[in-house]
Order: sequence, then C-alpha cells, then structure tokens
Amino acid sequence: MTTVALKGLLGRKIRAILTGLAIVLGVAMVSGTLVLTDSIDKAFNFIYTDVRKGSDVVVSGKSAVTVNQGQGSFAPTVADSLAGKIRALPDVARAEGGVNGTAQLVDKNGKAITFGGSPNLGFSIANGDSPFNPLHLVEGHWPKGNEVVIDANVAKRKHLKLGETIGVQGEGAVQTFRIAGIVKFGSASALGGATLAGFDIPTAQRLFAKPGRLDEIAVAAKPNVPEAAVLKEIRSILPPTAQARSGTAQAREDAKQTNSFISFLRSFLLAFGGIALFVGSFVIANSLSITIAQRTRELATMRTLGASRRQVLTSIVVEGLVMGALASVTGLFAGLGLAKGLFRLFDAVGFTLPNSGIVFGTSTIVIALVAGIGVTLIASVRPALRATRVPPIAAVREGALLPESRFARFRTVGSTLVTVLGFASLLWGLFGPHLGTVGVLAYMGVGALFIFVGVAMLSVRVIRPLAAALGWPATRIGGVAGALARDNARRNPQRTASTAAALMIGLALVTLVAVLAAGITSSFKGAVDKIWVADYAITAQNNFSPIPPAAANAVAKTPGVEGVANVRVGDAKSFGKAFFATAVNPPASSIFKLDWKTGSQQTMSRLGSDGAFTDKGYAKSHKLTLGSPVTLTFTNGKRKTFHIKGIFDPPAGGSPFGKVTVSQATWDQYNANPRNLYSFVRIRGGESKENLARLQGVLDAYPIAKVATKKQFVNNQISGLQSTLNILYVLLALSVIVSLFGIVNTLVLTVFERTREIGMLRAIGMTRRQVRRMIRHESVITALIGGVLGIVLGIVLGALLVSRVSFIQFALPVVSLIVFAIMTIVVGILAAIFPARRAARLNVLEALQYE
Amino acid sequence: MSLLQFARKEAPDATPFDCILAAVDVSKRYGERDTAVDALRSVSLEIETGQLTAIMGPSGSGKSTLMHILAGLDRPTAGTVTVAGVEITGMNDNELTRLRREHIGFVFQFFNLLPMLTAEENVLLPLSIAGRKPERGWLDELLETVGIADRRSHRPSELSGGQQQRVAVARALLSRPSVLFADEPTGNLDSHTSDEVLNLLRTSVDELGQTTVMVTHDPHAAALADRILFLADGQIVKEVRESTAAEVLAAMQEVSGR
Repeated sequence: MTTVALKGLLGRKIRAILTGLAIVLGVAMVSGTLVLTDSIDKAFNFIYTDVRKGSDVVVSGKSAVTVNQGQGSFAPTVADSLAGKIRALPDVARAEGGVNGTAQLVDKNGKAITFGGSPNLGFSIANGDSPFNPLHLVEGHWPKGNEVVIDANVAKRKHLKLGETIGVQGEGAVQTFRIAGIVKFGSASALGGATLAGFDIPTAQRLFAKPGRLDEIAVAAKPNVPEAAVLKEIRSILPPTAQARSGTAQAREDAKQTNSFISFLRSFLLAFGGIALFVGSFVIANSLSITIAQRTRELATMRTLGASRRQVLTSIVVEGLVMGALASVTGLFAGLGLAKGLFRLFDAVGFTLPNSGIVFGTSTIVIALVAGIGVTLIASVRPALRATRVPPIAAVREGALLPESRFARFRTVGSTLVTVLGFASLLWGLFGPHLGTVGVLAYMGVGALFIFVGVAMLSVRVIRPLAAALGWPATRIGGVAGALARDNARRNPQRTASTAAALMIGLALVTLVAVLAAGITSSFKGAVDKIWVADYAITAQNNFSPIPPAAANAVAKTPGVEGVANVRVGDAKSFGKAFFATAVNPPASSIFKLDWKTGSQQTMSRLGSDGAFTDKGYAKSHKLTLGSPVTLTFTNGKRKTFHIKGIFDPPAGGSPFGKVTVSQATWDQYNANPRNLYSFVRIRGGESKENLARLQGVLDAYPIAKVATKKQFVNNQISGLQSTLNILYVLLALSVIVSLFGIVNTLVLTVFERTREIGMLRAIGMTRRQVRRMIRHESVITALIGGVLGIVLGIVLGALLVSRVSFIQFALPVVSLIVFAIMTIVVGILAAIFPARRAARLNVLEALQYE
Repeated sequence: MSLLQFARKEAPDATPFDCILAAVDVSKRYGERDTAVDALRSVSLEIETGQLTAIMGPSGSGKSTLMHILAGLDRPTAGTVTVAGVEITGMNDNELTRLRREHIGFVFQFFNLLPMLTAEENVLLPLSIAGRKPERGWLDELLETVGIADRRSHRPSELSGGQQQRVAVARALLSRPSVLFADEPTGNLDSHTSDEVLNLLRTSVDELGQTTVMVTHDPHAAALADRILFLADGQIVKEVRESTAAEVLAAMQEVSGR
C-alpha cells in the first residue's frame, strides 16, 4: 500500500508540487527567520565579548531605575579619580577609565551621517595599545586633542580620508575635528551601519559634557589573582552609584537589550511564518479533499480488492507525509537562501547587519521540519478520514459521490460553536483582567485561529448568494463564459468556501492592520490638533530619538522666537514601577493646550521645584488628587517627593507627556545629561517661509535636529508607522501568495474533473478564449468571495481591538480597502493563468471520451 | 506447465460445497413508503461450485443490485447471503474486508485498474494489500495464460481496452477466490476483444474450477455460461442451462415481453 501511495504521488506530480508549495513558503519563512536571528545573535555576542575581552572587571555606574537605551536616561557617571584609586589596589595590574556618548558625524555639507536607524557611537580611547581596546588601527594614529578616529565602514562609504576635517556633534553644537586614524572593530565585518568616533579622554569628556567623570573603568587583575578577590577589593572602594562586574558578566549585561530585541524580532517573524503555515494548512486540506473526491473509484476499487479502512487511511497519510517532508526540506533550504539574501539586501541599503557567518543550527532544522510536516499531517487528517468512508460499491457506480460525513448535520451548529468560542477567547484576551502579555497574545491568537476556522466552515452557507452577487459583473462582461463561471462557483459551495478561506485569512489580517493604522493615525492627528498651539516643532532627524537640549536652547535665544517649550524625557521609578517621566519648562502653558480636570494651563508654568502633574488614568489607579505626594526615584539613585498640582485628561490619540511630569529645572538637577523628546516653538509671525529659513539656519550647527511645521511633524511621526505598516504588508503578502497557490490548485483539479464537460462545451462551439475566460471569471469570483469575507472579518476584528485600546479610535481606511479589493481581483486573474491555459488546450475528442 | 497442472499442484483443500454461494429471500427496497422502489423481491438462488453462472435481464431488472448484494458490496433490506458456508449479510466492515481478500474476486466493466501502477503491479495488488507474496511462478503462469506477459511493465494508459480487461481478470484470479464476480465484463470492449476475455473466463472455470458469476446483457457472453438466470422486476423469472446465443436472445425477448 505504501508503494501505491508513493506511485500515486509520482503520477500526480504537478498537483503534488502545487499543493506542496503551500508548505514550502511557510517553512521557508520559519527557517529563514531562525537562521537570520541566530546569525545576528551570534555576531552580536561576538561583538559584546570582544569589547570586554581584555577586562577582568568592569566598573560602571549603577542606575537606580532600569535604563532603556535610547530613551533619554543614562546610568550615573563616576568621578575620574576613581580610576586612580582602583589602579592603586594591590591586585590590580591595570585600570583605564572611559567615557561614551552619541557622536553624530557631520559631513562637509553640514548633513548628519546616519545609516538607517543605526546608532552613532562615540567613546574615549585612553591608550591605543591597551589590552582593553577592541579596535585596531587600519591607518593613521590614535587621536589626541582635536582629533578623531573613525571606522573604516563610514570612511569608505563617505569617502573620508586621513587628515580631512569632519564635524562631530555631541551634547553641544557641532565641532570640527581632524581625522587622525581609521579603525576597525574586531571580528565583525561591520557593526550594522553604526558609526564609530574615538577621541582622547579629555576631549571625550568635554564633547559628551561629562567633565571629570567616567562612564566605565576597565580593570585587568594581576596574574594568578582569582576574579572574586579582585571584585571584592574593588567593591570595597566603590561609591554607592557605581557597581563592578566581571568582564564576562558585563558582556552579558551589555547584550541584554540587543538579545531581547532579537528575541522579539524572532517571535514577530515566526508569527508571520506561522500564519503562512496556517493558510498553507487550509490549502492542503482543500487540495486533498478534492483529490480524494476525484479518486473515489480508485479508492473504492482498492476496498473491493480487500484493502481495509486503515490501509486506505495509511495510504493517504503516507502520501501527505511524503509530500510534507519533501516540501519542508525544500522550505528549509529556501529559508537558508532567504536569510543569506536578506543579509545582502540590508547591506545594499546601507544597513549592514553584523555578520560573523550564517548559523544553520540543528534547532532550525528540527523546528522547520516539525512545523512543515506537522501542519501537513494535521491538514491531512480530515480528508484522509473521509477517504476511509468511500464504500466499495463506489467502484461500480458511475459518478458516485462521497457519502455525506456522519457529522454533516452538525456542521452549522459545530462551526457556529467554534466561531463563538473563538470570539470568546479573543474577547477574554482583550478584556480579561490580570493577564500578562503572553496570556493576552495567547488568548487572542487561539481566538483568532478558531474564528478563522469557524467562519471558513460557516461561509459555506453564504457561498451561493455571495457568488451570485459577486458573479453578477461576470455575467455582464463575460457573456456566456461569465455566466457559466458564476454557476460553477455555486455548484460546490463546500469546495468554493474552502478555497476562498485561505485568501480570506490573509485579507482579514491585512485589513486588520490597515484599520489599526488608520485608527492610530486619525487619533494621533486628532490629539495633535487638540494639543498643539505652536508654530514649529524641533525633533531628531529620525523623528523619535531624544536629543541633547543644546539645539532647543539655541533656538530659544534666536530673535523673534517667543517661546520654546521642551519635553524632557527619561526613566524614573515611582510606586515601585519604572516608567517614562517627562519635564516641561514654563513656556509650555502657552504652547500646549490640555484638558485639565484639576489645575489649569498655568499649572505647567507654576510647577516650581516640587510640583508635578499627571494624567487622569494614572491619578485614578494610584488614587492621586490635588496635593497628593508622589516620590520619584531617578536613575542616579536620588529620590524626591513631588506634589500633584494638576491632573489632565489626555485626548484619545495620546499626549506628549509621560505618566508624571515635573519642571525642567528640577529634572535637570537629577539628570546630568538630560534629553528632549520634542521642543515646540512659538515665533513672531507664526508659520512662514522666512521663519522656517531662520530656524533652519540656527539648526545648522546642530545637524542632529531638524525643524518641522505642524503638518510636517504629524507626517513625520506617522511616517514611522507607515514604514512599519509596509513591513507588515510584505510579511502578510506571503500568506496571500500561499492562498494564491490554493486557488490555482483548486482550479487545476476542477478543470481535470470537468474534462468531459469542457470537451462538450468546446464541441458545441465554445472557443478556447471563452474557455479561458470562464476559468478566469471563476477564479476571480472565488478570490472575491475570500476577499469580501476577509475584509469584513478584518473590520470586525479591528473594531474589537480598537474598543479595547483607548488611544486608538475606529477609522475606516477606505482607500486601502479599495486597494485590497483590487488586489484580490488581481490575485484571481493571476491564479487563473495556468489552469485556464490547461483547460483551453484540452483536445476536444479526448476530453469527450474521458471517463 | 499448464495452468491445470499448476492449479492441481497448489490447490487448497477441495471445497466441500456443491453450492459455494447461496441467497435466501433477498429483497432490496430503496426509499420509503410512497416513493419506495423494490429493486429485488425475495430472490433465492444457489450458485453451483465450479460453474459459470450468468445473470441476465433488461435494465431495471435488478441484476446489478443482485450481484452487488451477492458480492457483499451492498446489504439487502431482507434475506441472507451465504458464501462458503458463512453468512455474509450480517458481517461488519472488517469481516467483509477479509472476505474480499480471500473469497471474492472482481472484474469490472470499466476495468478499474490503478493508472499509476504497471500491469504486473495491478495484478499483484490484492496480494500486496493482504500482505502476502505470490507463489513462485504462479504470477508468471497467470500473465502468460492471460496473454499480457510481454506487457507486464506497461501502465494501463499504454494498454488497449482488451489488454486492460485481461489484466483485470488476472488480478481477480490471482488469489484464487471462492467466487469471481464479473460485472458486464465486455461492456466496454469490441466483439473481438470481448471474445478473448470471455474465453479467458471460460478457461478459468474449466481448468481451475473457478466459480464465476457474470452479470451481462450480451447474449454472446451468456452463451458461454453453464447456467443462465433471467431477472425481471426484481425476481428470477426463468432459468436455462447451456444455450446458444440465439436461444439466449429468444429467452431475453420472452422475459422482457412479460
């Protein structure tokens, strides 16, 4: 029977390949993701260990609040005298301090040099030849005074040479340095587009506004001294705002945030691979069902020859298994190629990912194969079981249909139940109390799965009317062919529903994403409209990074400027929890318009040294009212008690403020290197070309910042969202392609099944072109059914999600929906190409005699 | 070695039954009450061992239904069928499956060969399903006798209708079933190939003692039978022994006229 199964597959090669392709794509995505993230992970680990390889111990500032990189806060610094004290310890052989910060390189034209969103790393080099230095000189010498060494990658890309000058912006305005040397970092070919700038210690301390301070001290112990001993010695002389870790422990700590980002990226991409596989399972189940229906006589014959039900089941399962295995192996290697391709793609756009070799681990192989084969098996179960129910008598009866499944009666009830369960799970995930992120996602994911399966089953009942409606245009523009196509789509609702279901899933998700994005965009726009009373905004070039206040300060001093309101941002802790805190300066009261429950606009300028304001939600959950005390712990460990002077009600789209906002003056006392998230400017004359030019002129010295009008500001903030949206669309496109294969598959199979019928049509005068048209219309109708169902479902799911999340309102992305509908039609047309050609090429005489 | 010698050499214990297959009061009703159709009404018969019995009748007479029930493919509404002393009408699916492996062979009107297997693989199919190996030489003998030995590695699509049917006959004969059922075996063949296939069936009855039941509307086919049963309106209305084609034709007309 296994031979029968295998020979069966070989005999139906094209069908098997088309069906298998559904799995190949999903597995390729899974395998590609794992290879990519594993490789990046390895590369980063190398980088982090390389940096610390000479250090036995690393002393760094201890933050009282968890610091999120790039969010405005930093760990406290230590006095540079500490390095000397450590050097004097008996077990210490060598100790060197270092400072670091963001060093934005600026080219000859005054433009900031950035590659994608990569960081611009600046640091001190105490001693070029020290064992703590992971860099090595390619050309030139180590920097002194007004000199800088830059990395080979940026030098190559921007054609920078030794001896040339280059601008660098640290905390203050841009300064000019001479390129003294070109360096390379250890083993990685590039640090993913990050730029490196090295200076000597005093220059670095000046540039990063940390005079007399150090961020870290690297320590090498004397030979044969155990690590624990050195650590103990060092710890004994450390101030409370500093900590000491072993070199390896520090490397691990450094890697933490990157690691958590990589894990997030991995889960995110795997989720989309999972979606593609889920859609693939629909395609497989559908294809197998149709194939089995067509093989009824064959299966019945085997039963008459004495094959037991179990043998039939085994035969079908073996077929599924073999196809799944072959598809999974293909997908596995396709994913490997995909990952390699992605590395090259990123390199081409300048965002070179750190690459120390492709990691093709055993876990990748196992996961990809298990996923692919598992999905195929699960999808095969139902069709295989139906195959066992083929009665032997079907071998003699012409045109015997598969007997109705025993459970057919329960289909409507069952599928309604499944759908309801799905919504219940989804709603629980959305509104259930005390669920962690994992719990929420799990309930929502399972709920979505059930909803898709349930709706797919239920959709059988609406196929006839839906096909009639959606097929109406076909009857008008397609003539007889169109009318026949519409009837064909209604002939076997079960089959049309199964085929359309695969596309439905992809489109539902795409619509959901579009609805959410439209919601976020419109509420954000609404919020800005409400709050913004300014003329211009100053943000980082990339729209979201916090920047040093120097730029805003320079603008504030410019003649004509009536006020600059800054929003300082950083990490703080209160009531035991860390969060984003913000600070404002007095001009805020005339530049932001908030809806105050307690206090007023003037509150913002009258915060004083211990005043704070908060939003309605935070006040409610912590029972705060006017005058309530709130104790904030800052990253430097110091605490201060503030009193609530105002509570505001933020608009749906959010506000620029964090949970608690204090005065800028106070904030700067507790944050040595404060950062602005945005600054808003009121200027005499309002928005005008001259004013814009004047502000841009001021910011020439601060290329890290840029000025924007209200419209530009809104668009800039949303542009990030648009990029994310595009990525999501691309990832979901994979699932749409899988479902396209599903439609092709079904069409090929039904053409095969209707050979005699098509022969008859041709014999009575239908042309080849008309036959092609018929198949094409049928394909488009099926696709449209899936599209319509998917879009409606996507809107429903979107509405549910929006109702849960307070900062998104419901907005219908009409243009996007129209695009999706058109795309669905295109999918239908594309899917029909191959089957239509096959149908048209049937030899009339042979077709008529086909049994 | 002739078929006969081979068969005698390897023959299982001679069956003790005179009538390997017996039906008692078999009825088949489709539908209910007002729309009920009685395809068979209380049909009783016995199939004699080692003989070729033909069942004939006009369309709608119930002959196909009768054969399906005798072969265990369908269940009667009333009555029993016994094969080799065992009552098959009450059997469950597993028992019927075993029955099909050991006691029942089929030849279909449309050949029913698996398109992706070669002729040889098709012939061996029942045995491989049962997980048994063919007796050495038996397969070759069979293929030789049936006349497709030189086409054994061809697929059905590469064989003519007659050749395909001969493969089907070989397949049915391979496990030497207690009863071989042939459902309109020449329905899809021209007269020349029909004769070849019919002679093959006759030979297997004569030389192997293969009990065969054939449903047909072809007088030429029926003329080869040892016994012919005529059905009309769900009942056996006539029975004749060896006849010529002309006599069969006359009997058919008589039966249809009623």
